[in-house]
Amino acid sequence: MHRYTVRTGLREAGVILVALVFLVPLLALTNVAFTPQGRPADALTISWPLSTDNFVQAWSQGALGGALVNSAVVAVLSVVGVVVIAAMASYPLARSTRRWSRGTFFFFLAGLLIPSQLGLLPLYVTMRDAGLLGTLWAVVLINIGGQLPFSIFLYTTFLRELPVEYEEAAVLDGCGPVRTFVSVVFPLLRAVTGTIVVLNSVSVWNEFFTPLLYLSGSGQTTAPVAIYNFVGQYVAQWPLVFAALLITILPVLILYFLLQKYIIRGFAGGLKG
Amino acid sequence: MTDQRQQRGDPDLGRTIATVPRRRSEIETVHRTDESPTDGRAPGSQRRRSPLRAPWWFLVPAVAMYVFVVVWPSLRGGFYAFTDWNGLSGDWQLVGFENFAEVFDDRRALSALKNTVLLAFVVTVVQNALGLGLAVALNGALKSRSVLRVLFFAPVVLTPLVSGYIWSFLLAPTGPLNTLLSTVGLESWRQDWLGNPSTALWAVCAAIIWQFTGYSMVIFLAGLQAIPEEINEAAAMDGAGPWRRFVSVTLPLINGSIVINVMLSLIGGLKQFDQVMAMTGGGPGIATETISTTIYKGAFSSGEYPVSIALAVVMTILIAVIASIQYRMTARKVT
Repeated sequence: MHRYTVRTGLREAGVILVALVFLVPLLALTNVAFTPQGRPADALTISWPLSTDNFVQAWSQGALGGALVNSAVVAVLSVVGVVVIAAMASYPLARSTRRWSRGTFFFFLAGLLIPSQLGLLPLYVTMRDAGLLGTLWAVVLINIGGQLPFSIFLYTTFLRELPVEYEEAAVLDGCGPVRTFVSVVFPLLRAVTGTIVVLNSVSVWNEFFTPLLYLSGSGQTTAPVAIYNFVGQYVAQWPLVFAALLITILPVLILYFLLQKYIIRGFAGGLKG
Repeated sequence: MTDQRQQRGDPDLGRTIATVPRRRSEIETVHRTDESPTDGRAPGSQRRRSPLRAPWWFLVPAVAMYVFVVVWPSLRGGFYAFTDWNGLSGDWQLVGFENFAEVFDDRRALSALKNTVLLAFVVTVVQNALGLGLAVALNGALKSRSVLRVLFFAPVVLTPLVSGYIWSFLLAPTGPLNTLLSTVGLESWRQDWLGNPSTALWAVCAAIIWQFTGYSMVIFLAGLQAIPEEINEAAAMDGAGPWRRFVSVTLPLINGSIVINVMLSLIGGLKQFDQVMAMTGGGPGIATETISTTIYKGAFSSGEYPVSIALAVVMTILIAVIASIQYRMTARKVT
């Protein structure tokens, strides 16, 4: 095993130094957000006394409250939708041995390679004709459809590795397929469900392109679109802008520091396949 | 805070999320032992017979959503690339490869292609080199290891727009970087990093690299932790120095992580949109236009639908080429 030697100590000091430099952008974000307006905003020089006025002003002028609520609604609906639909789909994909089952699995995998830009315009026109432009539903639908391939891939590969005996026992006890799935299979998928929830929540929360496109002109925004508009309006008023940025990333940052172990594992393991 | 499982080097990060309760531990072990070596192989080679009847209609919602959002629009997009469809009217006529010829005629589209490929390449190389360096540095008995890992990974969960704005501030004409340059006597290096066409693309790259280095690091760390300690010890006993061990033992053994990291950052780079919109909006002029920003503008402000769709097809082809190279490399590794 590794022992802690002088060399390890030096290496540790070196990495900590790198980490401090690496953190400068985040420290600057926080410091500037608390800098009173009118004072020169600097990355690391703290300007006493700190002021929280920026947050108050950003909150009221950026319509951030509504944007955060929208983002939360979109995130919850999208993630729940993806989990339910992908988990269901993975059951026949993992358990059926028919040829169509493998074919369908690869059909979904192809979605991992198709950039959303390819279908962008046709989908936009379809949504427009369906009267969904400017609604959160458009964003939720697109999030779910777009995240399905990867989530189905994770669920199916995971489920294939699980023994079938539990399900067989449930069937022998008289459970129908639906009951078997709901009470036996889905709970066994809990670990991978965690990974999928983590990965999808982060990417849905941060998604900018889809809401920018589908909510434009509707008065509704999500957090990233709200800050994009806000920055457009208050160019280079850094303290105000950074307060707005901090408000919109706070939910994610809090979750990250609370659940860092699972989040990092989700990212490291989820994309391993 | 301390991450016991990490310290011992869990080779199976991610799959064994610790929310699994104790009583399922046997399943976990079975799953873990037979799973690790098959990683990366094409799935589907498992059990052939089962008395279970998984209802096929469980697939219906997934297929419907996927076809509606991804498959059908993409097929139409691919087809319309060969027409003069303009998105508004339903009319279109086949025009063959005209739109593609136009891509290579259009200054903005050409600049976008060049910038996107350059950006994807630079980000991939630098981000993975830094990520690997950090992973190697952290993969040992460091006391602050878990804390450092959390800090280096933190930018990954940020909204990409936010990292773009933070860097716009750092690189502004009177911003911290220029101030720092004056302080250390490099007055002549000062410049408007985002306003200068020859530095703007590099500035965008810096923001992306800063944000996602932690991501590469975490994937490399997972790969490094899967290497059994004995292999390194054996190499050391055979007289291999640290550098030799790194090149001849470590690198080949984390081949899988390298391939995944390179593919992720290349594809991410090819799709780049958010940071560019935050930092430069594609400017100054067309100096930082990417394929995605050009598609967006062409389709939704300047009305150049056909060129936009042709560009999207070019992007799809680039991604497919990368993926097939990746597939070949992993396939070779396994067999």
